Amino acid sequence: MKNNKTIFGIALLAIVGSVMIAADHIDAPAVQGGTSDITDFYAFQGTNADNMVFVANVQGLLSPSTTAEAMFDENVLVEFNIDNTGDNVEDLVIQAIARDGKMYFFGPTVPSATGLNSTIETNATVSEVDITSYGDSEFVTTNEGMRFFAGPRDDPFFMDFAQYSAIIGGTATSFNNPGSDTFAGTNVMSIVVEVPKAMIGTSGTINTWVESKTKQ
Amino acid sequence: MKILKQMHNIKLIISSFMMLALVMSCTNTDDDDIIIIDNEPDFSGTYAQEDQMGRPAVNTVFVSSSSKDMFNVTIPSEQNAAFQTMFQTNLEGLSPAYANPGDENALGLDSAAFTGLLATDVLNVSLDGTTTFYDGTNVLTGRALADDVITVELLLIFGGEDFSENPGLSNDNVDANDKPFLTSFPYLASPW
Repeated sequence: MKNNKTIFGIALLAIVGSVMIAADHIDAPAVQGGTSDITDFYAFQGTNADNMVFVANVQGLLSPSTTAEAMFDENVLVEFNIDNTGDNVEDLVIQAIARDGKMYFFGPTVPSATGLNSTIETNATVSEVDITSYGDSEFVTTNEGMRFFAGPRDDPFFMDFAQYSAIIGGTATSFNNPGSDTFAGTNVMSIVVEVPKAMIGTSGTINTWVESKTKQ
Repeated sequence: MKILKQMHNIKLIISSFMMLALVMSCTNTDDDDIIIIDNEPDFSGTYAQEDQMGRPAVNTVFVSSSSKDMFNVTIPSEQNAAFQTMFQTNLEGLSPAYANPGDENALGLDSAAFTGLLATDVLNVSLDGTTTFYDGTNVLTGRALADDVITVELLLIFGGEDFSENPGLSNDNVDANDKPFLTSFPYLASPW
């Protein structure tokens, strides 16, 4: 624990000094430390090779003692974007938003509008899962071949953030070996969706990204 | 009195039917019906973008401080035109060898080509097989939980044509997560 505190101190100093890096944790002034701050995005083939898994993590650097109180913000829409025509414009979206202890999912569906502003696609396939509470075993639901999870998880990101900051800040000239994982022992709020590949494309490469959008 | 009693009976019958209908919809497992009974959540309104992410660490590493918020609200199809030049300047600031004519990384990309790839911040994902950021064979076919994406990026920034340059900068020597991942859904480890 003492070691963790030291690391957090270093991380905080790095944040204050604006010499930070992470996957996307605390990436920009408007979102850092808030409920819409995306920390990471993953897309990978499921254990069942016919499925694709999408993971969006928000609210990084949660210590175990603060994780129980962490909640998804009902004013923040998390949107997985899928371009399957190669123009980097979303052809399909999967939307996730929390309401009263549940995470609701809409899609995959063609969005009524692309770009920076979204409405919730309530005419699309609707799925839901109880948000797993800290300390409970995970709730998972299935609908139309898809699987859903929402709740706190160990932050899957790993990096010697503190030493990178020292290098960028000019107080070190190289990484240490072994390095020290700055994200060890920290949690994030995770949204995980597994969908049949047939719902998002046929073959070849898709372009994907995740967005957080707040209610106006 | 008799008429009133009949009226009362009719009322009872009607309310019984209403009760029955309510019970039936309560026990109906269809999600839509449950939502109606629970008072349907309000999904109205417009949601405006605040943050976005495709590949790991792109905004943090390649976007200048004053532009980080703007990067998050520039749609991917417009990011290259708006940010590629900035990415190239910042890459050559981080890793000056890139400024030398002909200098490339291990993917065979020079400064302009590498930043041209990165400035459009989407994650390319293969629908046909292995999904990994880089596994020694496959490049940019997805991002798996165990992928050591930071070392891959450090190698592509600092490692030169064959990953041999700047060894002290091209690996943070943190190669795996602090908890094992799950082999099945939801894949991520339980929280600390």
